[in-house]
Amino acid sequence: MALHSAAKGKLISVIGDEDTCVGFLLGGVGEINKNRHSNFLVVDKNTAVSEIEDCFKRFIKRDDIDIILINQNIAEIIRHVIDSHNSPIPAVLEIPSKDHPYDASKDSILRRAKGMFNPDELL
Amino acid sequence: MSSKDRLPIFPSRGAQMLMKARLKGAQKGHSLLKKKADALQMRFRMILNKIIETKTLMGEVMKEAAFSLAEAKFTTGDFNQVVLQNVTKAQIKVRTKKDNVAGVTLPVFECYQDGTDSYEFTGLARGGQQLAKLKKNYQSAVKLLVELASLQTSFVTLDEVIKITNRRVNAIEHVIIPRIERTLAYIISELDELEREEFYRLKKIQDKKKAFKAKAEKAKAALIAAGRLKEIADSNNLLDEGDEDLLF
Repeated sequence: MALHSAAKGKLISVIGDEDTCVGFLLGGVGEINKNRHSNFLVVDKNTAVSEIEDCFKRFIKRDDIDIILINQNIAEIIRHVIDSHNSPIPAVLEIPSKDHPYDASKDSILRRAKGMFNPDELL
Repeated sequence: MSSKDRLPIFPSRGAQMLMKARLKGAQKGHSLLKKKADALQMRFRMILNKIIETKTLMGEVMKEAAFSLAEAKFTTGDFNQVVLQNVTKAQIKVRTKKDNVAGVTLPVFECYQDGTDSYEFTGLARGGQQLAKLKKNYQSAVKLLVELASLQTSFVTLDEVIKITNRRVNAIEHVIIPRIERTLAYIISELDELEREEFYRLKKIQDKKKAFKAKAEKAKAALIAAGRLKEIADSNNLLDEGDEDLLF
């Protein structure tokens, strides 16, 4: 398993608004596999919550994805799904989107850390 | 309760030695685990500091990246659909390495370039420079995010391991060691009791013997007084020197 993952590069997947997705795709993270499944999801105001949830769950199940980037405002919508995912791989990273500033107090990981330390003190 | 909660073992010298050895082992294990927990905790705090640092840095980088996207859009016009439709192969990929902290393997992500840029021709007509800048910005954002991801993964893994280690330390400290100590106390008390019993038994036997002897002596004295059995009393004296019974 370790050998396999070392030999083959893993992907970074993106769930975010159109601009975020376009940006990261230009950065070169996008991939469409043989079954025409993309590793990104563009969320707009017409996207159903269940669709985001399903997509997130699908990304978690895929073994070629190591990192999932998700806009924080979208992460808020499916917070319960993200909180229930607690294995280290794939790592779920919440990123700020263009029109929502980053709020550290909402981050799943930082919230967990807060139980032990106060993040403001450490800055 | 305290007399109930001990190891089921027969109280003997051998068992006592065994328990002593186990107590030693448990204490050693406790100190080692405590050291491990401390080492993990140190690393954990370091990682937490770094995560917070990187998260704030990420805010900056993402802002810059989003801004350059807006810039590129302004010069090139809307290229969102072109980009979204033209996805083929990932250019940046991630591979994992293993890092070892006090026997805990932590995955470390590392991103690398693989294959060519599939958006070579985007912005060929106009705004090429802005697009190149945009790509560079997002690539550096990805690099930062990959770093953050490995920190975060380490954080989650370490969190789990620290919890387990602390649980073990506490179990040894508050359950296993007291239980062994109770067992030892029980064995010692049982052994003491056995010893007392033995002592009592020996005393009793001695008393019995004394009474027996006194009776025989009396009978003999009566016989001697009657003028018979004189020589037997002498020969009897030769065998019995009148020693006290030895008691240990």
